[in-house]
Amino acid sequence: MTTTVIEATDIVKVLGEGAARVEALKGINLSLAGGELTLLMGPSGSGKTTLLSVLGCMLSPTSGTVEIRGRSTTGLNAEELAALRRDNVGFVFQSYHLFPTLTAAENVRLALDVRGERSPLARIKADKALTTVGLSHKASAFPRELSGGEQQRVAIARAIVGDASVILADEPTAALDSENGHAVMMMLADIAKDPARALFIVTHDPRIMPFADRILRIEDGRIVSDQRGGGRASAPRALKYAS
Amino acid sequence: MTLILTLASRNLFHDRVRLIATAVGIVFSIVLVTVQLGVFLSFERMVTTMIDHAHADFWIVPSETKSFEDSSLLSGRERLQALSVNGVKAAVPAVVGYASWRKPNGGASTPVLVVGTPENSAGLQPWNLVEGSLRDLSLPEGVVIDRSYFEQLGITQVGEHAEIDNQKARVVAVTGGIRSFTTMPNVFTSLERARAYLGVPANEANYFIVRLAPNADAAEVRGELVARLSDAEVLTSEEFRHRTRQFWLFDTGAGAALLGSAILGVIVGTIIVAQTLYSSTKDHLKEFATLRAIGSSRIYILKVILSQALLSAVIGFSIAACIDLTLVKVTADAALPIVMTPGLTLGLFALTLVMCAIAAISAIRVVTRIDPVAVFAQ
Repeated sequence: MTTTVIEATDIVKVLGEGAARVEALKGINLSLAGGELTLLMGPSGSGKTTLLSVLGCMLSPTSGTVEIRGRSTTGLNAEELAALRRDNVGFVFQSYHLFPTLTAAENVRLALDVRGERSPLARIKADKALTTVGLSHKASAFPRELSGGEQQRVAIARAIVGDASVILADEPTAALDSENGHAVMMMLADIAKDPARALFIVTHDPRIMPFADRILRIEDGRIVSDQRGGGRASAPRALKYAS
Repeated sequence: MTLILTLASRNLFHDRVRLIATAVGIVFSIVLVTVQLGVFLSFERMVTTMIDHAHADFWIVPSETKSFEDSSLLSGRERLQALSVNGVKAAVPAVVGYASWRKPNGGASTPVLVVGTPENSAGLQPWNLVEGSLRDLSLPEGVVIDRSYFEQLGITQVGEHAEIDNQKARVVAVTGGIRSFTTMPNVFTSLERARAYLGVPANEANYFIVRLAPNADAAEVRGELVARLSDAEVLTSEEFRHRTRQFWLFDTGAGAALLGSAILGVIVGTIIVAQTLYSSTKDHLKEFATLRAIGSSRIYILKVILSQALLSAVIGFSIAACIDLTLVKVTADAALPIVMTPGLTLGLFALTLVMCAIAAISAIRVVTRIDPVAVFAQ
């Protein structure tokens, strides 16, 4: 049985003021369920990143409500939103955003450290997360010593180490070649099997569509299609990273 | 263990050039402050060295005396008045004044500070004698000088003659480490000879050093002395020290100049550290935005920046302390040595920490404005 992890209702987000005023999101309604890998696709400027930011509690909507695991973000200040993020949201970024001066293990452990988890158990959790992404042998390597694909896998380990309810990924394969993109998507698809965790990926990359349980298309701040039973649902054992 | 320190130290050591610039800023600042405050402390001690070594319970000084070296004369009547007060055991006259020392082999004369008290009663006699004895002051023309002034006074050994204001003087004993805070050496001699050198009439003196009888009530005696001595002041040694320090350190502006330079050092150091910390933070903005995005609190990020500032402080202070200790050793025999006390060292360390913490403010202002959404733009 799946549970709703994020519920967004009537989300409107206005950016800028005066002549620069843009209504980036125009009444988005969306719920993300645990165990689902959802893709959000759309042209540049359609509101993908704005929606990702709102769902990730980085931006507050101008109107509408976002609930993460039943907790509304309405009225929360920046610190409270940060607390909600660190307890519930994991991020995977296009350009990885690893700390160049920290090792792979330390980069992963950082997600626990900001939560105040500093016991030896934190190290064990970080090692486990690195093992999950197949990089336990690179725990002591610095990002400069890792390939792009490995760096993205470390970023995925950082996103999952705190048992986040939702993983939000922004173009996770855009900076990777075909082989590494496939490996990363396999990993994310595997992570999405956890019924307690939703995976939401913003992408331009059509090659990852076969991995999705659900594909949303956004245009001009509105979700124009919501297609369920995508590639993964229809062919769960034969995932291909189409080249 | 938290990753805050790890992140701060790695950020710091990651950019060695910037680390060196930061350390140089701190070292420059702290060494400058140490030198200024060290000289200030040294000056503060040296201006009162005569008062510190006098055997005095009270000083009878001419009214409006500003410092030990700068006083007018008491008529001598004050001594008798003091001795008539119950509880006063002795009122030892002391004569102090500037005179001109002519070297044995001729040449330009050198100004000296002549200090004279009776050679047979504890008043203001030379201390730290390394050659000769106090009894030698009874010898004709006997004077005592410090070994460190031999060259300046043209003396090579005990027994040599010179002239003080055209009157004969013979070095009969030598002290070690009695330095004057001015360029003028101290010359100790007997009371009568000092009067002769300085042209002070018999019975007159610059000071009367009062010593109390055992079990005398100091407050009571002082009250009685004040009541009887209408044209003179009665000071404790501490009061005289304070007055002398006040004159030399602040009325002359010397102390203010030293403190001013020290403050300048702190300002320059703060600006340099602020500059490097600010640019370091700007360089790591992407990382701080990522930290914010993954849910770190502002406090966590502030701790990283403050740790970076405080680590810089520890590194800079450690280097500065080594340089300071070297300077202390090198200047130990100088006219005005740099003094380092445990208190000053601790104070300077605290100052370094505060300076670096203040320097972190500009960097902190930058990170508090970070928008986590910035991570999507890169």
